[in-house]
Amino acid sequence: MNKVVKNVEEALVGIEDGMTLMLGGFGLCGIPENSIGQLVKLGTKNLTCISNNAGVDDYGIGLMLQAKQVKKMISSYVGENDEFERQMLSGELEVDLIPQGSLAERCRAGGAGIPAFFTPAGYGTEVAEGKEVRVFNGKPHILESALTADFAIVKAWKGDTEGNLIYKAAARNFNPMMAMAGKITVAEVEELVPAGTLDPNQIHTPGIFVQRIFQGEKFEKRIEQRTVRKNA
Amino acid sequence: MALDKNGIAQRIAQELKNGWYVNLGIGIPTLVANYIPKGIEVEFQSENGILGMGPFPFEGEEDADLINAGKQTITVLDGASFFDSATSFAMIRGQHVQLTVLGAMEVSQNGDIANWKIPGKMVKGMGGAMDLVASAENIIVAMMHSNKAGESKILKECTLPLTGVGCVKKVVTELAVLEIKDGKFHLIERAPGVSVEEIISKTEGDLVVPDIVPEMHFD
Repeated sequence: MNKVVKNVEEALVGIEDGMTLMLGGFGLCGIPENSIGQLVKLGTKNLTCISNNAGVDDYGIGLMLQAKQVKKMISSYVGENDEFERQMLSGELEVDLIPQGSLAERCRAGGAGIPAFFTPAGYGTEVAEGKEVRVFNGKPHILESALTADFAIVKAWKGDTEGNLIYKAAARNFNPMMAMAGKITVAEVEELVPAGTLDPNQIHTPGIFVQRIFQGEKFEKRIEQRTVRKNA
Repeated sequence: MALDKNGIAQRIAQELKNGWYVNLGIGIPTLVANYIPKGIEVEFQSENGILGMGPFPFEGEEDADLINAGKQTITVLDGASFFDSATSFAMIRGQHVQLTVLGAMEVSQNGDIANWKIPGKMVKGMGGAMDLVASAENIIVAMMHSNKAGESKILKECTLPLTGVGCVKKVVTELAVLEIKDGKFHLIERAPGVSVEEIISKTEGDLVVPDIVPEMHFD
């Protein structure tokens, strides 16, 4: 089944004000940067964004925050972003902070047809407030519910016309679970190849989870913390 | 003399056991990787999806797709693997990772830890810390004994929002190694040249002090 769309404009058709979006990536690593650029251009407002982080001030989801497009952020870590902090402390932006493993599993559960699950993470903390607690094997766990999205937007290294995806290194992170949890999943890839080119043994996200795929025009791949050691 | 950050890391590295998978948090914990004792083989897990993490890359060899959980560019060693975030936290929650080392703002004598939020001041989020402390079999906290205002971070009860309850077993500071047992801190070792009196005066929580408190030993 051919999932290819012409470009980022066509890939994001149907995204409307007030929708819930999942955006893959960890920090600035593996984020769908072409799609974020297009979302800023579209100016869609009142979005709920589910993403592990919120970008930095002038890149990634930070650009959508600057444009005041985000009503609510669901994330695990939101440091490194002054505008985010300002909007959150002033009450303009709703923020739901979730333990990282619970966030990943909630996305996975959403895509896997599991409505909720118990996890020990967050027991006894403010994350557990209002959540059912049950003891398994002598240890208390809290009930966490699945997450889904109107659109899940993920970034992969290589993809084929069937929507099969391969990620590179640590840029995989949240992308595979989010790909599963979108009503419509959009994949932007660095390299789009004909079906049959990728080895089926190496596929990370099977094409069934992807509705639209396109090759991104340009990937800046900004590095947040450039750390090096001296050449010997 | 009190230890510096590298000294704390070096002391924690002595806790590593052969064959362990280890998750190191941001800050002092990251430095533990520089002091793996001779003859000990461990593998480092980074919760953004890496097992077999190596040192920082040489200049010019940085890869934007290859970062650690602190968003720093890194490398991987032979035998490394990459995986998604759900698999990563399955390793953590499923107790396949034997040791977690992380920083803290406060630790209490029943093993509670606070390290993610200062209400009204700093709200960055917990990242993976809540998952890590809720599940790890061994948790070592690496931190300074007091905060910048000079107040003890080793407390009867935490005052900040908690990251996890009853989970910390060991704390290594610039002054001491403390174990948490039966609702009390136990003084196990002191930094070279640091007096027991100084440790007692800087510890707010209940502290059990044995007759002889050995100095930390470094090779």
